[in-house]
Amino acid sequence: MQASQQKPTDSRYSIFDIAGPIMVGPSSSHTGGACKLGQIARALFHGTPEKVTFILHGSFATVYKGHATDRALLAGIMRYKTSDTKLKDAFEIAKKQKLEYIIKTANLGRSQHPNTVKIIIEKKGRKPMSMIGSSIGGGMVQVVQIDQFDVSLHGVAGQYKTLVVWHDSGKTALDPLKKELRKHKIRIHDIQTTKVGHHALSIINMDGKALTLKEVLALEILDGIEDVRSLTTLEKQ
Amino acid sequence: MYSFITAVDLLKLCKKHKVGIADITIRYEMEYSRRHRAKVMARMRKIKNVMKEAIKEGINNPRQSAFHMSGGSAPKLIKALKKKKMAMSPLVLTAMAYATATGETNASMGRIAAFPTAGGSGVVPGTMLAVAELWRLSEKKLNHGLFTSAAVGKIIAEGATLSAAAGGCQAEVGAAIAMAAAGVTAMRGGTPEQCLNAASLGLKSYLGVVCDPLGGLVAVPCIKRNTLGAATALAASDASIAGIESFIPFDDVVLAMKNIAKIMSPKLRETALGGLAVTPTGLKIRKKIGLPPLKKEDI
Repeated sequence: MQASQQKPTDSRYSIFDIAGPIMVGPSSSHTGGACKLGQIARALFHGTPEKVTFILHGSFATVYKGHATDRALLAGIMRYKTSDTKLKDAFEIAKKQKLEYIIKTANLGRSQHPNTVKIIIEKKGRKPMSMIGSSIGGGMVQVVQIDQFDVSLHGVAGQYKTLVVWHDSGKTALDPLKKELRKHKIRIHDIQTTKVGHHALSIINMDGKALTLKEVLALEILDGIEDVRSLTTLEKQ
Repeated sequence: MYSFITAVDLLKLCKKHKVGIADITIRYEMEYSRRHRAKVMARMRKIKNVMKEAIKEGINNPRQSAFHMSGGSAPKLIKALKKKKMAMSPLVLTAMAYATATGETNASMGRIAAFPTAGGSGVVPGTMLAVAELWRLSEKKLNHGLFTSAAVGKIIAEGATLSAAAGGCQAEVGAAIAMAAAGVTAMRGGTPEQCLNAASLGLKSYLGVVCDPLGGLVAVPCIKRNTLGAATALAASDASIAGIESFIPFDDVVLAMKNIAKIMSPKLRETALGGLAVTPTGLKIRKKIGLPPLKKEDI
């Protein structure tokens, strides 16, 4: 994962964004990419989802049925890999896990990529999380919105480890977190921050070791930090 | 150091380091992902194994896809190998069979390697595994081919698109033909220039092809476009080795693809609202799937 902040002359893709992913068919954008978007949404949400709503846009809305886009998204939410043949049984598995799912279609706006979905995850006692993501071809995905924040999170085959941080919009809000990362000998490659009112969301690309869950949770109790999610555990192939 | 966006960049790197496209591509990936060569090679090996499995599956266990639109064509092509007086050589027929097998495995929700996409996943493994097998080339040569084709795919992804929803079939099967043409040319010992020239010839012949699948499903015409795409890729490689030069360099062909994608109606970009999808046969499938009927003036 990485925030795409590169110049247009920079190389954007790993060779394995082109070669692969290994996946169950039939469509890399409508099945494979959909599953990846589900995985990212799940990684961004704290806890086990109880209800998930998918709002399908564009080509996703018109042809999702035959491509099993709905099942692939749901499988991703349940952390199945794009290459898992159980993907086609996602509805049955979700029912067994008592995960409620709703599939809707809507126009999410003209500026969205034709293969776009809005995912809303809910759980009692937690604030819901929403994400808008697009499947941009060959199983590559891009997240364009998390909650109310516009972002540009490019789901290319792991170049950096990524933290997504919800925090206060104050200028120094991230300082304690940066200090903490330095303690873990993690080098920050770049930070992309979006502010809306008093709230902000930052996507931090990092080098170095992967943080453990305990270390991520420790970051959350820092002053000014609301939530921290680590995207280091996403599927690698 | 090994980063490339265009074919011109790539050729420069090949010249500077006096190696082929595959070597530059491997070094690029090592640099990009900061992984050892062994890791990069292991990952490609995994992909190669999935390719082989998908082909076997499609030939030995032919399964029907959703709504019975495809299945069982791959074994027919294998049988045709024994027939006399086929226009295509055994190599081309085998490549066509393997490409079809992959497409059929994909359509029936089997496991494949999207190379570069699932819709166009037949052409690259079909041609390269057939060439490796029938010409008894080493795994090393096959790896060369696969990395070369991935490099070509990357140039297309950087300069245009690999999504049929954005660019039509030219962006999926078309891209796969260019990739396979270059890959096969590398496997038979072609120079980097010959590889990219083969890619130009292959992609040019497929520019403008729209994505109009019946009911929006990756089955008809996708699978058979992979079948015939495999033949095109081999023809492009032959033409390049024969010395035919594309008047248009590869970067320009990619620009043309991007331009066509921009002009192409959304109805012809994976929405099942145009082309084959709205023929009487296409509309029948549409009804079967339960998609809303189209207005007469929209057809």
